[in-house]
Amino acid sequence: MQIRRQSFLALSGVAAGTALLAACGGGDETGGGGASDAGGASDAGGAEEGAAPARADADLVIWTDEEKAVSLEEPAAAWGEANGLTVAVQIVADDLQGNFVTANQAGNGPDMILAAHDWIGNLVQNGSISPVQLPGNATEDIAPIGIEAVTYDGQTYGVPYAVETLVLFANKALTDAPEPKTVEEMVEAATAGGADNVLALPVGEQGDAYHMEAFYTSAGGYLFGKDSEGNLDPSDVGVGQEGSITAGEKLKELGESGVLSTSITGDNAISLFTDGKAAYLVSGPWALEDIRTAEIDYAMSAVPGFEGLDPAVPFAGVNAFYVAAGGKNPAFAQQFATAVASSPDIVEQMFPKNELPPVSLELQKKLAEDFPEIVKIAELAADGDPMPAIPEMAAIWQPLGQAQANIVGGADPESTMVSAGEEITGQISG
Amino acid sequence: MSSTHAPAHRERTTTIPAIVVRVLFLGAVLAVAAFTVPLMIELKQWMWLTVMVLATVAIFVLYSTKRFVPGKYLFPGTFFLVVFLITPIILTIGYSFTNFGDGTRGTKEQAVDSIVANSVQQTEDSTWYNLAVATQGDPVEGPFTLFLVDPETGTVYRGDETAPVQEISADEVTVTSGFVTEAEGYTILDAREVNAAYDALQAFAVPISDTSAVRVQGANQAFEGTTMLSYDDATDTLTDSLTGDEFTVGKVGDTEYFVDADGKRAFSQSWLQSVGASNYERLFTDAGIAKQFGAAFVWTLVFALGSVLLTFVVGFALALVLNDERMRGRRLYRSVLLMPYAVPGFISLLVWSNFYNRDFGLINETLGLNLDWMGDPTLAKAAVLLTNLWMGFPYMFIVSTGALQAIPNDVTEAARMDGASRLQTTLKVVTPLLMVAVAPLLVASFAFNFNNFNAIQLLTEGGPFLPGEYTRGGTDILISMIYRIAFGGSGADFGFASAVSVALFALTGVLAAIQFRFTNVLEDVN
Repeated sequence: MQIRRQSFLALSGVAAGTALLAACGGGDETGGGGASDAGGASDAGGAEEGAAPARADADLVIWTDEEKAVSLEEPAAAWGEANGLTVAVQIVADDLQGNFVTANQAGNGPDMILAAHDWIGNLVQNGSISPVQLPGNATEDIAPIGIEAVTYDGQTYGVPYAVETLVLFANKALTDAPEPKTVEEMVEAATAGGADNVLALPVGEQGDAYHMEAFYTSAGGYLFGKDSEGNLDPSDVGVGQEGSITAGEKLKELGESGVLSTSITGDNAISLFTDGKAAYLVSGPWALEDIRTAEIDYAMSAVPGFEGLDPAVPFAGVNAFYVAAGGKNPAFAQQFATAVASSPDIVEQMFPKNELPPVSLELQKKLAEDFPEIVKIAELAADGDPMPAIPEMAAIWQPLGQAQANIVGGADPESTMVSAGEEITGQISG
Repeated sequence: MSSTHAPAHRERTTTIPAIVVRVLFLGAVLAVAAFTVPLMIELKQWMWLTVMVLATVAIFVLYSTKRFVPGKYLFPGTFFLVVFLITPIILTIGYSFTNFGDGTRGTKEQAVDSIVANSVQQTEDSTWYNLAVATQGDPVEGPFTLFLVDPETGTVYRGDETAPVQEISADEVTVTSGFVTEAEGYTILDAREVNAAYDALQAFAVPISDTSAVRVQGANQAFEGTTMLSYDDATDTLTDSLTGDEFTVGKVGDTEYFVDADGKRAFSQSWLQSVGASNYERLFTDAGIAKQFGAAFVWTLVFALGSVLLTFVVGFALALVLNDERMRGRRLYRSVLLMPYAVPGFISLLVWSNFYNRDFGLINETLGLNLDWMGDPTLAKAAVLLTNLWMGFPYMFIVSTGALQAIPNDVTEAARMDGASRLQTTLKVVTPLLMVAVAPLLVASFAFNFNNFNAIQLLTEGGPFLPGEYTRGGTDILISMIYRIAFGGSGADFGFASAVSVALFALTGVLAAIQFRFTNVLEDVN
């Protein structure tokens, strides 16, 4: 009896100690959450919280998502060995940005991350990354779009290595115009070809401003104006302005003729194309593998604009290396960043495990023969516009996407776009 | 006599294993405390340090003697309650009065450091040097001297903070593969030592001319650059050395930033500040939020009540049917019925959300319908309830089956003997008995669904949104609407999100109180 009680107490004590340790680890959480697991009428499974890993014990610690981590591991380790350093590449599967900002603030984050360039604005306002100066020879080898993307407020914050953009895939069996120059030509060719759907472009009920950007810009829409120094000006919001309304009218026409539809979503757009139900697909390099597996005879070209209007300018997204401002070993991170910038060797070694279109012009030339599609995407991306990196961009996505989806579904273009513009302005100033 | 002695005697008995366990336990607590206290001082976690010290003291006081027996039992529960429940609530309330969020996470010093460090600009046509850091003093403290090799020409330079960069003859140093590796009278730092001194080296600038200086990047590279901004502590201003512009601290909205002469925000970096009740003001005065709150609340109640009633009715009915002994293969049916419960919830929700697709969804295709399930607010509400029914009825089925089997047969037999029909027996005898066991679970299920964020977010994301409406979608319950308000637009705004959580906390508190009364009433009846 005695022993049993004591051991129970001992057990709970140990548990308490462990809990304390755990509590200290997460000392700066906001709490909140605290989901009840009452197991009610619809116990929708535990939402998996993608916790950040504990910082590895190495001279250079790099955090990134799984695909990039797999490709980076060996080249980074080889570089470390050559320089007498140990390198650890850690996978942060979920919410890399949030986890990095929090860990960096707490002083237990990585020395470096690999991520998309449109995070720069938020990372800078949180003081999470340090500038990286690019050596002169690097700026000659890197495509201008890459440099433009990592330049924020006149400062370079990362070493760009890959770029992606949306392109138009055409199923040659369903259309005679594999590289249409205008939307009108595309619709006509697909209708003549007898496909179930002309175009697979994800809209969904909530809209998808990212995939719609090419059409939006072709009709004269813009997101933010630019100030005298060429930086984006968050006080000049283009949604609700004249060009966006013209875009809305075009989207409404396409919605009425069934070219665009809210029932085409990010979940089914690629499969509609690979199943041979859609003549065209607007998607990025990530769709290539599915298309090849489906053995579709396809062509790839720039997303077309509307006849008689501006050329379509899709978003370009650039992946880059960033040096953490609060890492333990900033010198090694800067050293590695400079090494990546100075020669395309490391990026070339990363390519086989994660085929991303490179920004290095030299590497593009090298890969052109074996990977023509990938290099073509890199070249098409040069005509794109880097996704705005300013933090105010967060206020754009939902209202603009929503407005576009509503217009595709039949709403009035003018009032819907204007209301979206008001919502965005309100969120930015709020 | 002996009967009073015996328990007293037993209480005094202390077995050797008991002492060993106690010593080990208290030792372990002490070890944990000794390990974590310096760690928390280092991390400046004063609150957790206090909690840790108080908890350790409490454990020693309570468990080292035989006294305080009730305390021994109360302590673990109280401890966890404080650490995992009360502390987060207090922290949340505290944050709700601050501007904590993206851009305002750190201190003012951190913001200033970041602004100044980010203003280092590479000069045009800067030469990139192969760098070796050397010192005549301490490798951590300095003073440091930089040895630079221009990789193009092979020329060697030396400089430090006081002596500008000057060319030196190659004889004074040993150069190996482009880097200075030895220098008379200096210690050359290796990469690790450079890294250890990197904070100092990043601020280190070896002047070349009036406007530019050699700066360190990484362990072995240097470039020519300038720091554009400097901070003056006394006047609390940032000055641009090139244009002479001054930036002072000024308020934009409810937060202080460095602003230019026109009072416009000049840098996005800010710091954690107290903003008083402005988060609450924003919550209660924002027209969009106030207008939509009532509608969202009504649908939340309908959704939660509807989910509970539908799942219970279906689950109970199935349990009744499968409880009849004349049924064959009951085990098989029962296990099949549990299937929805076995599939992870978030997977079923994502699959279901595709079923409802107007053109390509399973439901419209198999039934030959053309219903815009996800585009019409009413249909979307029906779809949410239907999916939640599918997800939730197995739970009610299990609970009801268990409760049914616990009802003794003789009660129903007695009812039958008294002439009650099967239906009457079920409705008037079985159901009330079942409710005793099940009612509290229905209340719990209601509370769960009231905040069932996953069901809404994964199925409809709160949509459909009517044109011109961005705050609340057709199927938004309070929690999903509030999530969008707090995190949807302008990135992570934890201060505002905390204020919203506190408001929601108050609301659920009131609802919980009502629920408890409801449960009590049921218990009184039976």
